[in-house]
Amino acid sequence: MKDNSGVLTTVLVEDSGKSEVNSKKRELCALISPVVFWMVVFVAIPLLLVVGVSFLQRGIYGGIEYQVTINNYIRMFNPMYFRIIWNSVVLSFFTTIICLILGYPFAYFTARAPQKIRGMLLMLTILPYWTNSLVRTYAWIILLRTEGVINTILLNIGVITAPIPMLYNESAVLIGLVYVLFPFMVLPLYTSIEKLDRSLLEAASDLGATPLKAFFKVTLPLTKSGILAGAVMVFIPSLGYFFIPDLMGGSKGLLISNLIKNQFLTARDWPFGSAISIILIAITLIIIFLYFRNAGSKEKLEVF
Amino acid sequence: MNHKLIRWTSVSYGLLIYLFLYVPIFVLIAYSFNDSKLNVLWMGFTVKWYVALFNDADIINACKTSLELAMISTVVSTMIGTLAAVGMYRYNFKGKSILDGLLYVPILIPEIVMGVSLLAFFSMISISAGFLTLLISHVAFSIPFVVLVVRARLDGFDRSVEEAAMDLGATPWQTFSKIVLPIIMPGVVSGALLSFTLSLDDVIISFFVSGPDSMTLPLKIYSMVKFGVTPTINALSTILLVITLVIAGITQYRNNKNGI
Amino acid sequence: MKLCKKFWALTVILVVLGLITVLFAAGCGKTEGSKPKLASELNLFIWSEYIPQAVLDKFEQKYGIKVNQTNYSSNEEMLAKLQAGGTSQYDVAVASDYMVEIMLNQKQPIIQVIDLNNVPNLKNIDPQYRNKVFDPDNKYSVAYVCGSAVIAVNKDKIKESIKSYKDLMNPKYKNSLVVLDDERAIIGIGLKLLGYSLNETDEEKIKQAKDVVSKLIPNIKAYDSDSPKTLLINGEAAGGVVWSAEASLAKRENPNIEIIFPEEGMYLWQDNLVITQGAPHKKEAELFINFILEPEISAMISKEFPYTNPNLEARKLLDQSVLEDKSAYPPQDVLAKGEFLRDVGEATKIYDELWSELKQKIN
Repeated sequence: MKDNSGVLTTVLVEDSGKSEVNSKKRELCALISPVVFWMVVFVAIPLLLVVGVSFLQRGIYGGIEYQVTINNYIRMFNPMYFRIIWNSVVLSFFTTIICLILGYPFAYFTARAPQKIRGMLLMLTILPYWTNSLVRTYAWIILLRTEGVINTILLNIGVITAPIPMLYNESAVLIGLVYVLFPFMVLPLYTSIEKLDRSLLEAASDLGATPLKAFFKVTLPLTKSGILAGAVMVFIPSLGYFFIPDLMGGSKGLLISNLIKNQFLTARDWPFGSAISIILIAITLIIIFLYFRNAGSKEKLEVF
Repeated sequence: MNHKLIRWTSVSYGLLIYLFLYVPIFVLIAYSFNDSKLNVLWMGFTVKWYVALFNDADIINACKTSLELAMISTVVSTMIGTLAAVGMYRYNFKGKSILDGLLYVPILIPEIVMGVSLLAFFSMISISAGFLTLLISHVAFSIPFVVLVVRARLDGFDRSVEEAAMDLGATPWQTFSKIVLPIIMPGVVSGALLSFTLSLDDVIISFFVSGPDSMTLPLKIYSMVKFGVTPTINALSTILLVITLVIAGITQYRNNKNGI
Repeated sequence: MKLCKKFWALTVILVVLGLITVLFAAGCGKTEGSKPKLASELNLFIWSEYIPQAVLDKFEQKYGIKVNQTNYSSNEEMLAKLQAGGTSQYDVAVASDYMVEIMLNQKQPIIQVIDLNNVPNLKNIDPQYRNKVFDPDNKYSVAYVCGSAVIAVNKDKIKESIKSYKDLMNPKYKNSLVVLDDERAIIGIGLKLLGYSLNETDEEKIKQAKDVVSKLIPNIKAYDSDSPKTLLINGEAAGGVVWSAEASLAKRENPNIEIIFPEEGMYLWQDNLVITQGAPHKKEAELFINFILEPEISAMISKEFPYTNPNLEARKLLDQSVLEDKSAYPPQDVLAKGEFLRDVGEATKIYDELWSELKQKIN
């Protein structure tokens, strides 16, 4: 789709005179220069520093030894590190899926609410996140602990006979991650559901589609870009949130984020930490690009 | 009948989710009145943390810094990100896929790596760490979120409207502000909300790029863990929540009035 | 295209201008600093809640120097920030024993010699907290506060008497302990049980220690170095290995907590005041360190925080009840058995990998 509009532009540009070309170029420049500047200077250059460091060595007392080596990358080929990466990816995957399942109907509900209160509903969704995350996590601990609010209520109404251990296990980590990342799923979903033309759904139902069928054939494909954006914004940050697994999971089990943090802090092995990060970035970028290439072409086939 | 049922289900589902979102917030508020220095057990009612808050210049200053930082970085990153999303949606250009990749990097890169590398970079070009470096870094990690959300909105957007406006003699700026902006507005707002949230709560990157005179609130709070995060922070959060709610309520009320 | 070029040209000009301004400002700063007059501010890099605001206010009253506090939440964070380019911004930092050693061992040391002529109050410090292994001539660091890692037990939940780390490995306590999230401290438990030093660098011995500790792992409910007191107070943990000050805070809220000094010998720590290399206000920094060592000031710190005060003159001003807190002031024979952490150089990698393995076992 994007490609198509690009082709369109090129065609337009070629057809019209030179001034047209210039004005188009000027417009493009005005639109993307700031982002190019920011990304190149404050993201690409520091990233190059990281790449550089990843080929150096740790000094005996930490610090960086200026001796080129690829040992840091070779060191990664250890089943232990693969397991750590795998565990992190599985956790992030479940976080993303739960966020999506919980978030989609909620975003739909918000986007279909009367126009007057939509802004308010959105505001109410994000407001809890303007409190400090650490204090919020403490609140979760107060709620979930063995003698905590939830267990006490459940015991009193007789749903359970013994308190359920809800903290310091994997489900606690999942609850924490889903909670923290929820708005990052809901907001992009909201923006893409909100623009959905309701007449399309009506048309579908006029043509005899059941609501379920209409949802899968019309709503879902048309909000795909929102789902993708949300998935990226939940999946990737959940790989990096180490304070939730540390606080709510009791820091048991090492995740990729802990591993990297440890290299920069306790082990003082910046080169190895950098190498792990570079691998992490490279793998994820490749996955994203492959996915978008496929998703992009499929989408085109479906829509046109 | 069926309609009513659907409506009822969706409203109760919405309420359930809001409950999930707000339960910890209620606990947080309750514990701002807790008569214990530690956020652990309920010991009794007190308002002393509110009094303590007003006497704690450090926390109030940190809070001010954080709010200023979040507001400015939200404005800057939302503008840059929105323009970028529109530009990348409209045009194909050399290096677009590189830019695309670069935009994912701030989301992908572990925060500690970004923090350390930014600080190293700033000290290489001898910009001393302080508010400016905080702002630059916050903008850098917020832009991608804005771009992603706005692009999700633009996807499937009918360009013919825009072209029609251009054909009718509208300048590019007019087309942008009168046609494109209103359409993508929900995306822009969502992006701005996300980048405000990110900036307000960032700890690790901020730790590295902040200077002695630019302590943000999350930095203050995270460094308190060793001795216990005092309920002063809960009191502060409660006050901020109430203020935001009041402002949002007033805006809503006025909008409704104008709407009718 | 033209606009684009203009934009870039403008950016380049702005960046260059910015650089010139910064360099110029830096140059000016230096000439100002060389004047004998005292600067009006001092930048302190310290844990949060580690120095009472009243102390800083008093310093400002007395000398007209405002102290800006910046906080970190671990030694390693502080080091990373200083190494990545923060050294010229902070004057005084607080660093633990092993960290002082690490900072000195870097190719470009991160801290500088303190002119002890400007710190006459050093005489107030108990000699046993001076000239420690990490700074044998006491040239770079001055003791601030000290503590240890102890065993804490909730007597309601653990009835048996606990004397040693070994007692914590009882399978009865499955999934019920909170321990420090610290590779050196936890593998150190194994080393201590085997009778080795906390600072062992022999790979075989460290591996043996890891195998010993792996028996403790099933009993661990959570790793937490920052606030293990939370789990002790709210009853999530029946006991554990935690910092002495944490244990003593937990005891204040939950009197059932008992503090035990492990018979194998404790892990001791000592936090120190240091002056960073390239500190913009060195004279003021020395003045500040000397001020902290004044008995009244040091006593103010101990009244607020439950750490061991190494300042003998200050201890005379403290209430008996403070000195009787046995977690902060353990008996001499217990201290004698304790050991400070030291940097283990290359062996850090071994500890790190074994730690990753230990933590993986749970899954």
